[in-house]
Formats: sequence, structure tokens, C-alpha cells
Amino acid sequence: MGYTLTRSEFDQVLSELGKNYRLYAPVLKIGQGRFTDTDVVIYDFISESSEIELEKKSDFSFKEILTPLSQTLFFFTENVIKEADIDCSDAIIFLRSCDMHAVKRLDQIYLNNGKHVDPFYKKVRDHVKFVLIGCPGSFQECFCVSMGTNKTDDGYLFALNYSGDQFDVDVKDAALNELFEKAGAAAKEVAVDYVTENETKVTIPETVPNSIYQSDLWKEYDKRCVACGRCNLVCPTCTCFTMQDAFYTDNGKVGERRRVGGSCMIDGYSTVAGGGQYRRKHGERMRFKVLHKIYDFRKRYGYDMCVGCGRCDDVCPEYISFSNIINKVNAEVKEGE
Amino acid sequence: MIRDYNMKEYKKNAFRQSKYRGEIASRVRVPGGVIDAKSLMRVVEIAEKYGDGTINLTNRQGFEIPHIRIEDRDKVNEELQLIIENTNVNHGQPGEGYPASGTRNVVACPGKELCPFGCYDTKALAAKLDKMIFPNNHHVKIACTGCSNDCAHVRLNDFGIIGQTEPQYDPDRCIGCEQCVKYCSKRSVGALSVVNGKIVRDTNKCIGCGVCVNYCPTRAWTRSKEHYFRLELLGRTGKKNPRLGEDFLKWADEESVCKIIKNTYDYLDDYLDMAAVEAKEHIGYIVDRTGVEEFLKYAMKDVELGPKCEMAGRMYWGGKRYDQTNELRKSMFRFSDREE
Repeated sequence: MGYTLTRSEFDQVLSELGKNYRLYAPVLKIGQGRFTDTDVVIYDFISESSEIELEKKSDFSFKEILTPLSQTLFFFTENVIKEADIDCSDAIIFLRSCDMHAVKRLDQIYLNNGKHVDPFYKKVRDHVKFVLIGCPGSFQECFCVSMGTNKTDDGYLFALNYSGDQFDVDVKDAALNELFEKAGAAAKEVAVDYVTENETKVTIPETVPNSIYQSDLWKEYDKRCVACGRCNLVCPTCTCFTMQDAFYTDNGKVGERRRVGGSCMIDGYSTVAGGGQYRRKHGERMRFKVLHKIYDFRKRYGYDMCVGCGRCDDVCPEYISFSNIINKVNAEVKEGE
Repeated sequence: MIRDYNMKEYKKNAFRQSKYRGEIASRVRVPGGVIDAKSLMRVVEIAEKYGDGTINLTNRQGFEIPHIRIEDRDKVNEELQLIIENTNVNHGQPGEGYPASGTRNVVACPGKELCPFGCYDTKALAAKLDKMIFPNNHHVKIACTGCSNDCAHVRLNDFGIIGQTEPQYDPDRCIGCEQCVKYCSKRSVGALSVVNGKIVRDTNKCIGCGVCVNYCPTRAWTRSKEHYFRLELLGRTGKKNPRLGEDFLKWADEESVCKIIKNTYDYLDDYLDMAAVEAKEHIGYIVDRTGVEEFLKYAMKDVELGPKCEMAGRMYWGGKRYDQTNELRKSMFRFSDREE
């Protein structure tokens, strides 16, 4: 069913949903950007529509809700281990089509990658539902159309188009119809907005020959890339993490194990026992990341990891464009054929 | 033609006396070093029409248009009016030029409006201070710089204002990548260390430069809502005892800094040595005479520092003492000695 709602009607729906769900959406954090008096869009709890940042692409993705940047897994002391309490009450996440596709990638890695399921991820994931935010236009650096992630047809409770104080929804979960009708929503045929063309376009090579590993194209990034890892940390599909065992300073017999976000671009990622490092050069790290996103992952699971949200391009302090690298790789592959 | 000009009055009208007889130079005040293109064009026009087509960029971010004939002063003043208005500088009768020159142009680095490291709007503060203290004949130098890099060289001023931010840490967003630790150590003072995968900030060592925030890839580090200031006091250049300004306040608020500067003018009214050449002294020399306590009695009047603000106890200044010795040959240690 489709409905059209005023802002106050929509807020009434949110307030009703809020009784049973934690609501997460992109929120503009004033003054919390990198530079003085700049803002940043991060996912956080919301209770009404005005708190949702709909005009900007979120700088950081929703993935922090499913895979927190820093998460205590368990506490230990002597021979006792206690699993950390994880808030796995029901939650609804507002996200866009590209990110909806990213959920599939996260699930792939944490739930469907070999025979073991990640229990910490599953606990949270089992209680998460989604609301699709329509995209009336492409943001800068988006290349979702090239990646085939510009459209999403299922997997969400309802889809949302916004325009000023008007909210149009296409409800997928019939159980919610009553909620919208009670809020006074008028019936309306609604098709969720999606992007049909991006300014940025990429062409992914079907196969990548081994010679690409030796290509000179990566050398440029030895110097240009500063290995800060921002691209990984804003990426909705990067799933790498690392472990920290902390022994509390005032009593070393007690401690906790955490997992924290990892990044294949940051120093230490490929460090092994004895101090060896497999990808010392930043260009090598770039090669690893790029090929993982547009080739290696596909070899294993049949589809590309990158969803074309372009957040990596938005955030890079050195103006390195991931989408441009994809096209460079493609050009080189074409040339070699 | 009889040449009888009241040079004292000309100087107060912001014209420099030239070594060339019959010439003066017009000193254009540009608070914070920001000038609109139209005003800049006017500077050019004045230089072409009344000068020799050259313009000096001054050390304090103003302009000086040289080789102006003294008798053209009134015409130049009329032309300056557009610049005075556009730069929003306090003035008297329109068309009469600048009403003073003693209190120098307030200098500002690019600040937060342009620079990634700037902790506050230096240009806006410079403009605000200029409105507060100009016109005034007292010789006072003020400079604003966005962060502890001190690109504006504020320590060479009577009042040096350095921006600070108090880093806010959210351990839940920290992945322990340690880039903040690395860059704090390489670009700043090394106030950060890692304990159990999380970051500990030595609050005593931290200078509030914001480097950690700049390099944090997750927004675990963010800036404080409040803009804070480090106030450097009584630095100076000069023949007698050039010296760097010394820390007086850190984590101060803008209002307190502004008040202290404003209050200083009352101190100068009471203690300036009128026998000083052209009644012009660096404040530091006056404070050397009266003692810091007396200076602070004036400067701190009605100033209520915030709870975070730290104030220096006793203050001492170093620097060269050319008035005591300028002897290099008999200095304690010579390169030639080292080889022997």
C-alpha cells in the first residue's frame, strides 16, 4: 500500500514505531566534523523526522550499528568468562538503496561465509529491520547505477520519498498499513525514487589477469595514499576487524576482549608474528583493497562487493578516487586483451 | 610655495614621514588582512594617481603606498574613504582618512575559514578587536592565529591570541589505529598514549592544537563546542630587548581575552611615559617599570575567567638584552674553541 503523509503524521508513525523499535537514521552532528565548526553525518538514534538528515549522504554508513567500531565481546577473570551484554532489542535502520545492497554483503561475510556464523553479528542482525530512503537524485561521487545497486525491491518495511514536509511511503510489510492509516495517512500510489544516472560511471572488468598485480598503476599510490584508512571506515561493505585483549590496569587478572574496526590501508593490518608485513607499500594496499572490492569477492560469491556509494571518494583527504581506479584497472585490462 | 606641514598630525592620520623631502606614504589599515577586491583596486588607483605606481605590503598585513606628495594628502584621504568603509574601520569625518595610527593593524592568519588546522575564525576576531580598540594613539600590537603553529607570529606582539580546541574522545568510536598518537607526536607535543587499546590524553601536556581530531579516521576525536584561546603577553621586536611573548592564559574564553586587551588601554593612559620619544613605548617596557602585578590590576578588571582557564603565576620574559651587552667575540663558547 502507498500513502502520503504530512510531517506531523509521519512523526506520529515514528513515535508509534519507537515504542517497539530503536530507530536509527543518518543524523547531522553539528560541529563534530574534522575541521573547526564543520558537521558530519553519522547514524544515531532518532525519535522524529526532523532529526533525520535526508539532504546529505551520510559520511559514515549504517554498518556501525551491525558491526560497532569498538565492541566488547566478553569479559574474563581467572577461569570465568562472561559474554558482554549486547543490546539486541528490535531496531529499524533508515538507509538508501546502495546501503540496502551493502547489508547483503555484510550478511554474506558474517553469516554465510563458511560453516560458522558470527554469533555477535547474528544476535544484532536478527532484530534489525530496514526502511528504504528513496533517492530523488544522485549525490556527488555516487556510482550506484554502474554497480547495479541503485534499486532495491525488497527486504524493507517501507520505502520513503521525501519532499519538504511531505512524506510518501510504499509499505511492503502489510502489518504496518494500520499504523499509517491510524496516523491519518491518505492512500496514494507511491513508487520509491531511485537514481537512474550518476555523473560518475565505472566499468568493472569481467576478469582481471594476474599481470595486474605487477602493474605500474599502483605505484602512484605509494606516494599519494597516506594510509589513513578513512575509505575503509566509511565503506558500508568493509568488514575487517581486529582484536584487542585488555587487562585492566588496576587489576591485571580482569579484562575484556574487544573487536574493533580494521582497515587494510592502515599500518599494522598485514603485520604477522615476528613483525613481517606483507603489504608495506601503500600502493600494494590500494591494489588489495580495489581488487577485493571489484574482483576477489565476486570470484567467491558471484557478485561485487563495492556498492558504489562513493563514500570513500568523498572522504579521501588526498583526493584519491576509488571509482577512477576502477576505470584505470578496466582500461589496463582492455589494453592487455 | 611655503611648505609648512604639521607632521605630527600627518602621522596620526596614518601617513608615514618619508626620507624623501616633500613625500609621505599612506598606510592602509586592513584588519585581519582581509580586503575586498574593490578596495584593493582603490589601493592600486591611489598608487598610480598619487604615488609612483608601487605598493608595499606591510609586515602587519596592511598596505603602504609610498611617494605621495604631501600636498596630495587630502585628496588621498578622500580616495581612502571607500577602503575605510569597506574594511569597516572606525573613522571620524568621512573623507578625512584614518583617525589614528598608534594602535597597529590587527594581524590574523587564515584561521578556520580556510585552514584545516584553524581552531577559530581569526579574521572575525581581528575585525571585532579592531572595532573595539581603534582609533587609538597607544602603540599596541595584537595578532590572532588559528592554532599553536602560530603562523601569524603572535608571540612577537603585545597580545598574541592562539586558538585552542579541547579534544573530545569517544572510546566507543575508537579502533585503536593510533594515528592520533603518531601525528600528535610528529606534528605536535606527543600528549597521547595508548592504554589497553584506547587513547589517554595528558591534559597537562596537550596544547589544544586539534591535530588528533584532524587525523582521526572515525570521529572518535572531535572538537569541543567551545573555542578556547591561549593568550601570549608582551612579546616584541626592537633594538633594546626583543623577546617572545610568554604564556599568560590557556583555555581562556574570547570575552575574557577581549576584555583584557581593552583594559590595557586604561593602564597605558595612566603609565605611559609621556617623555618617551613620540610618546610611543612597547607595553612591555612599561610593565618592566611598574611590575606585572600593577599591569594585571588594570588588565584583569572585571574579567571572569571560565572554569577551564589556567592563568600563569609569576611571569618572566627572556630575550636578548642588547642594552646590556652586544658582545659576540667574548661569548662563552666559540666554534674555534670547540675544535681545539
